[in-house]
Amino acid sequence: MGEKILMKGAEALGEAAIKAGCRFFFGYPITPQNEVPEYMSKRLPKEGGVFLQAESEVAAINMVYGAAGAGARVMTSSSSPGISLKMEGISYIAGAKLPCVIVNIVRGGPGLGGIQPAQSDYFQATKGGGHGDYRMIVLAPSSVQEMVDLMGDAFDLADLYRMPTMILGDGMLGQMMEPVEFKERKPIALPPKDWATTGKKGRGKQNIINSLFLIAEECEEHNFELKKRYNEIEKNEVKFESYNMEDADVAIIAYGTTARIVKTAIKRAESKGMKVGLIRPITLWPFPEKVIAAAAEKVKAFLTVEMSTGQMVEDVRLAVNGQKPVYFYGRTGGMVPSPEEMVAEVEKILG
Amino acid sequence: MAQEIILAGFGGQGIMLAGKLLTYTGMLEGKNVTWLPSYGPEMRGGTANCTVIISDEEIGSPIVTNPSVALVFNNPSLEKFEPLVKTGGTLIVNTSLVTIKSKRTDINIINIPANDIAIELGEVKITNMVMMGAFVAATKAVSFEGVMDALKKTLPAHRQNLLPLNEKALKKGSELV
Repeated sequence: MGEKILMKGAEALGEAAIKAGCRFFFGYPITPQNEVPEYMSKRLPKEGGVFLQAESEVAAINMVYGAAGAGARVMTSSSSPGISLKMEGISYIAGAKLPCVIVNIVRGGPGLGGIQPAQSDYFQATKGGGHGDYRMIVLAPSSVQEMVDLMGDAFDLADLYRMPTMILGDGMLGQMMEPVEFKERKPIALPPKDWATTGKKGRGKQNIINSLFLIAEECEEHNFELKKRYNEIEKNEVKFESYNMEDADVAIIAYGTTARIVKTAIKRAESKGMKVGLIRPITLWPFPEKVIAAAAEKVKAFLTVEMSTGQMVEDVRLAVNGQKPVYFYGRTGGMVPSPEEMVAEVEKILG
Repeated sequence: MAQEIILAGFGGQGIMLAGKLLTYTGMLEGKNVTWLPSYGPEMRGGTANCTVIISDEEIGSPIVTNPSVALVFNNPSLEKFEPLVKTGGTLIVNTSLVTIKSKRTDINIINIPANDIAIELGEVKITNMVMMGAFVAATKAVSFEGVMDALKKTLPAHRQNLLPLNEKALKKGSELV
């Protein structure tokens, strides 16, 4: 067991990435995630890696594209408006079947918005913010420790399925300090990167990284091949936490920072005699629809709480499929819902 | 048992640092801890505050609406946080700078002329440790030895000579409770 150290979320992300073998980081500053590049700029050169502050987010994501194509473990991080700029590159990376990790420490939007925590990039992360028929694995930690643990998963999943993986946090997770432990990870079997452009070295065929398919039949074939791997991910990689669900009347669905506030709300609701549970998606894509559908047979109602005006609630409604009412409560633009507000919503539902 | 603490003042008073030290101490003493800074478009001399939770149980919300303890280092901080302290909670006031009197009768109010004491000790920068001493004595949320231990572990080698001064400041603060 490693020693516990006190770390800011954003810095812990950086250290976890280095521990996961990330040696290349390309980024452009934006609040509230500046501690990630700052940390990487200090640590990466000492690890024989490369830290580069690009001239823009567009340049940074294309540097990620290049390094990923050469087979490196590479990461970029940004916050909402910066992630919008990276979307074209993310679509290309998905199209070229390349692994990389992208961190979005979400702030209020739209446009420049504000710098306080938000969850209003759920649609962008899970529904294809860039163009084309692609998916991205999206991991949503709710503590600094989980940010660290999921970073290892993010790189492994990216390599395993050859696709971009996103860690979706928010300003609060990025800024808060909590004790963390960097646990030894069991290495998993990963396919060799025999597609990487590392020089021909006597191989007969050139490796070419590309996302252009001008012949419709070939482009469709390419999309079907991607879809096959997305199906596999939906089958194998769903992650969630179930909390207090045994005899819950109301199931709250929330992720990230919001989910931990829900836990405080659940304790307060309990002291008022209400039975409330939490299903916390850890993977936002693939979405844990089965566990939510199963819960619909037992609970009276669902309440989705988000720091947005209602995005994940659409996936919850699809999973519940009309079996039970699905209510929504959200704060947005950098405002954070309080446990008291959540308890009041549950009281309204249970009438 | 959980202590939900807000430390507030203006930039430069060592608010964030005191909060981090407290969080680190809690961690060394085997508690669950979180430290959450207020962050925003702030500048030097602007307001600064952070929230520290020290708990025996898993910590849910890192945000605290009604703290069990508030340490206020200046007037704007008293105005903002005094009304929010939980009934039965504790308000520690740096009376060197805070001129407003609290009207609350349902909380424990501790007045510490922290800047003056720090200046007497020869270093105004130690104000935060005087306040911290009062906090430890009033709440027992962490121990003195724990705070000193945390300081020893976090001060860089060339600053270890400041340990005795910090210890004096902690003691002075605690004696006034």
